[in-house]
Amino acid sequence: MSSNLISYLIFIPILAGIFILLLKSDQETFIKYFGVVTTFVVFFISLNLYFNFDSTKSEMQFVENVLWISSLNVSYYVGVDGLSLLLLMLTTFLTPIALIASWKSIEKNVKQFIAMILFLETGMIGVFVSLDLFLFYMFWEVMLIPMYFLIGIWGGENRVYAAVKFFLYTMFGSLLMLVAILWLASSNANFTTNYFDILKTSTQISQSIQLVLFLAFALSFAIKVPLFPFHTWLPDAHVQAPTAGSVILAGILLKMGTYGLIRFCIPFFPKAAIFFAPYISTLAVIGIVYGALVSIVQDDMKKLVAYSSVSHLGFVVLGIFSGNVEGTQGAIIQMINHGLSTGMLFLLVGMIYERTHTREISHYGGIAKVMPIYSTFLFIATLSSVGFPSLNGFVGEFLILLGAFKSQVLDNKIFSIISATGVIFAAVYLFWLYQRIIFGEITNEKNKTLTDLSLREISILIPIVIFMVWIGIYPNTFLKISENFSNEIVKNIINITSK
Amino acid sequence: MVNGFLMSEFFYLILLFPLFGFFINGLFGKKINSEKIIGLIGSISILIPFLIAVQIFMEMLFKSGEKKLIYNFFEWIKVGKFSTSFAFILDELSILFTLVITGVGFLIHLYSIGYMKGDRGFARFFAYLNLFIVMMLILVLADNFLLMFLGWEGVGLCSYLLIGFWYDRKFEVGGYEKKSLTVDAAKKAFVVNRIGDFGFLLAIFMIFSKFETLDFTNVFKHVSNFGIDETTVTLITLFLFIGAIGKSAQIPLFVWLPDAMAGPTPVSALIHAATMVTSGIYMIARCSILFSLSPITMQVVATIGILTTLIAASIGLVQNDIKKILAYSTVSQLGYMFLGLGVGAFTAGVFHVITHAFFKALLFLGAGSVIHSLNEEQNIRKMGGLKKYMPITYKTFFVGTLAITGIPPLAGFFSKDEILWKTFESGNVLFWVLGIFGAMMTAFYMFRLFYLTFLKSPRFDEKYIHPHESPKTMTTTLTILAVLSGIGGLIGVPSILGGNSFLHHWLEPIFGKGSLKFGAHKFSHFTEYLLMFISILVVVISIFYARKIFLKTETIENNAKGFRKILFNKYYVDEIYEFLFVNPIFQMSKNFLWKIFDIKIIDGVVNGVASIIEKISFKFKYIQTGMVQTYLSVFLFGVVVIIFILLI
Repeated sequence: MSSNLISYLIFIPILAGIFILLLKSDQETFIKYFGVVTTFVVFFISLNLYFNFDSTKSEMQFVENVLWISSLNVSYYVGVDGLSLLLLMLTTFLTPIALIASWKSIEKNVKQFIAMILFLETGMIGVFVSLDLFLFYMFWEVMLIPMYFLIGIWGGENRVYAAVKFFLYTMFGSLLMLVAILWLASSNANFTTNYFDILKTSTQISQSIQLVLFLAFALSFAIKVPLFPFHTWLPDAHVQAPTAGSVILAGILLKMGTYGLIRFCIPFFPKAAIFFAPYISTLAVIGIVYGALVSIVQDDMKKLVAYSSVSHLGFVVLGIFSGNVEGTQGAIIQMINHGLSTGMLFLLVGMIYERTHTREISHYGGIAKVMPIYSTFLFIATLSSVGFPSLNGFVGEFLILLGAFKSQVLDNKIFSIISATGVIFAAVYLFWLYQRIIFGEITNEKNKTLTDLSLREISILIPIVIFMVWIGIYPNTFLKISENFSNEIVKNIINITSK
Repeated sequence: MVNGFLMSEFFYLILLFPLFGFFINGLFGKKINSEKIIGLIGSISILIPFLIAVQIFMEMLFKSGEKKLIYNFFEWIKVGKFSTSFAFILDELSILFTLVITGVGFLIHLYSIGYMKGDRGFARFFAYLNLFIVMMLILVLADNFLLMFLGWEGVGLCSYLLIGFWYDRKFEVGGYEKKSLTVDAAKKAFVVNRIGDFGFLLAIFMIFSKFETLDFTNVFKHVSNFGIDETTVTLITLFLFIGAIGKSAQIPLFVWLPDAMAGPTPVSALIHAATMVTSGIYMIARCSILFSLSPITMQVVATIGILTTLIAASIGLVQNDIKKILAYSTVSQLGYMFLGLGVGAFTAGVFHVITHAFFKALLFLGAGSVIHSLNEEQNIRKMGGLKKYMPITYKTFFVGTLAITGIPPLAGFFSKDEILWKTFESGNVLFWVLGIFGAMMTAFYMFRLFYLTFLKSPRFDEKYIHPHESPKTMTTTLTILAVLSGIGGLIGVPSILGGNSFLHHWLEPIFGKGSLKFGAHKFSHFTEYLLMFISILVVVISIFYARKIFLKTETIENNAKGFRKILFNKYYVDEIYEFLFVNPIFQMSKNFLWKIFDIKIIDGVVNGVASIIEKISFKFKYIQTGMVQTYLSVFLFGVVVIIFILLI
């Protein structure tokens, strides 16, 4: 089994999704169970991957390489290293949670909904394991479609606008990336989209072209992150998306942008990366503060969390471009952290939305009295998100800020210092949100009869909390996985800067 | 005792017991549903650590040579060269703080059983209180800056939870009759503390960049072996000090502490008087080697300290809320401690932490006893004559009042006088004069409080309010704390008064190196006696003045005019911050960043581009049907076209 593990991960969800589409719509309960069981199977397979992964090696593992389109020299070439593995695990962990969270809230087209989530899972896994740029691009694009449907069909009242905006924004980015990929592929003696072949030749391309290619990739990824000022699709998409959509969007999809930056931009064009690092980091820092400030004044819970993502992802980008191992490792662990903490925040927003059908913060207040368990979980998620030490968020933010502080690439402490104010603002917007929802008297009559979390809801939150504490207290389990990868990346950068 | 058994090897139990207490009461408190059992669990999980700490203290006392012990449990974060552990340090300094935290902490737990009786959140209260003790102990026992930071943020969190404990209540925000939610005060405390934490965090980055380690032992060893350039150490210590300012409520970040009184009174006693707010002093004491290398920072610390002392004390002169007065008094006393640190008298600073923990806990708990018996009344103008109703509270409060004003031989006298003496000795005569002035104000506002509360005739309606002495758990605590406030100063009696100054000898291994540079001026014993005499004289005059105003006449002062009004309104600091920072940030974020920049400008460009494309492709208008299927087919078509192009 071990040789084809990754293919199982890629194909099981999509095949299960097609199978579901072939079923009759009235078998809803069966379809739901089938979908959840599938995602569990995928998760267990990925655990198998994790346990057989050798973190002392830095090369790709579980590699499968089959020639696919011979005329283009395109291969079905997949494998994982530490970075891929962590994000892959995050994907297989969050997908069943997102699915179980939607157990009751999805009423129309249940069959299609579950199929879409499964298709999405295939797409996301594919993105994180592809070692062929054509394959990568295919998964990258394919993934957009189910997400687009999730927002456009099962979304809120303004769903079509949000879906189209999401689609256009990201399509625009990916077109640039396509051009860049084609250029890279053809700059090789034999047309190739093999990641490692390109890695060998990309640094030989003339400097000015490297800069342009870097920008084409970086812009595409920046939109996905989203990096300020390309972020305005995010609040709309989040507000309109159903809970599962938001969880996956914030938890995993946004990480594809930062994944792309680390996987392609920096290793392909290290010189360009160093050249642009101060500019991109400036945008990241602006995003950190800007996202936080705009979060403070939101009246809609989902929008607030969406803008907070802009702030949090700014940290990740800053870490990536600090060019040292602290920053890079911090960025990688922070990707996981953001998936957990923001994923959980969206789950919790979804849970209370299901009960009251409003996201307006002012409709709440005094919830602690009727939903104490809910209040406790929301508090944990809040603490994780504000970077409270002993929970996960702190580890990532600390390492990123430390990395940026001593970064030779950035060579200016101001990046780190301004970003650190994000720590203050995060406390403002999240604690204020918490206070307005949970504390005070119950002002809204309707809220007096709210029921606390069900066993199903609690059971999907507990695993997330376990990982929050685990990463917070003993992050080395996870840091170790990506350590070799980060060292390699940083080595290249240091080689250049020390010349 | 078994041969060779050392309690210090089991010191982690000090942390584990309150942690268990937190989990048991936090998770199963509702199921237990008996205040007796919950209170017992909560209190015992602090009593046992206290007893362990006493035993460890004894072991250290009789151990010759190096007393420091370091326990490294496991590695916390490791990335490249960066490595930090869950490692704890047991030495002369941390054991002292541990004793105070668990000792005073236990008494306050005990007191709370009576005070919180019948509260809906009884179990939650004890859970939070236990968690606070855990975090506070981590803060003082940590062996590296990052773990200390964990405790640092942790106590801030517990403070947040406990200030907003009655999350549906409102409280009076001084000055006006303005009311605010307790949770607003909680959030204010947390956010203002985070401003300080921001400084602490940057200091940590600087320390790591400089030393490539965050362990106290290694950092300090490095400094004493290789020295450090003055700019670096000044920057590091100044940023550390920003952290201390936040946590210990000094200018300009003191504004959260008076509001923090919205929490239950035992919380004010434990967190906002005896322990958490002294974290800043502990931090500087711990890093005394670094601080004493930067004369600039030391001057800043002393200056901020004395200014805070004066400003807080002057506000305290005219406040009417019993807890607010005590809160400003705390801020003011913390200022003294910083003054002591700033002039290099680290031991004196720590000494005052200890005595202050005794008498301020006593005063707060006494105030709690009063508030309790007057049905939550906190305004001293509506009190009076409580002496006959609450004899124990009255007596113990009197002891506390004498202790804080610095009447010998009570605890406050020795510690405060040592700070003032060291200030004078270091050559800061101006600061000494100001310090004496502060002591004068302290004596005045404390006796004003004391007279208006316990003496004179009652000003509450005796028909409806029937004050009574508090239950046993509360009065026992008051009595014990009164004894400690009475004799606590004996651990630091200076040699000129015939003492052996135990504390100095005990802390010498910690501060030995730090203190050497200071105290160069030598004065005769006569000067020392004279200064002592002056400070006592000033305090006594001040007490008699208060007595004349408040006891002999029936006037209650009018705060509506002139400087009194400014003092009454706390120099309008909150309003100024609101005007300068809070409102502009909020308005800018809402009305510019979000509504204009985000929605109009960025989205305007995006939608503009989209609509231009739409106009150009007007022929394909039918794609705007909103049917996702159409988009999908268009997309698939596109992909096919691209693949097709590539294939040829």
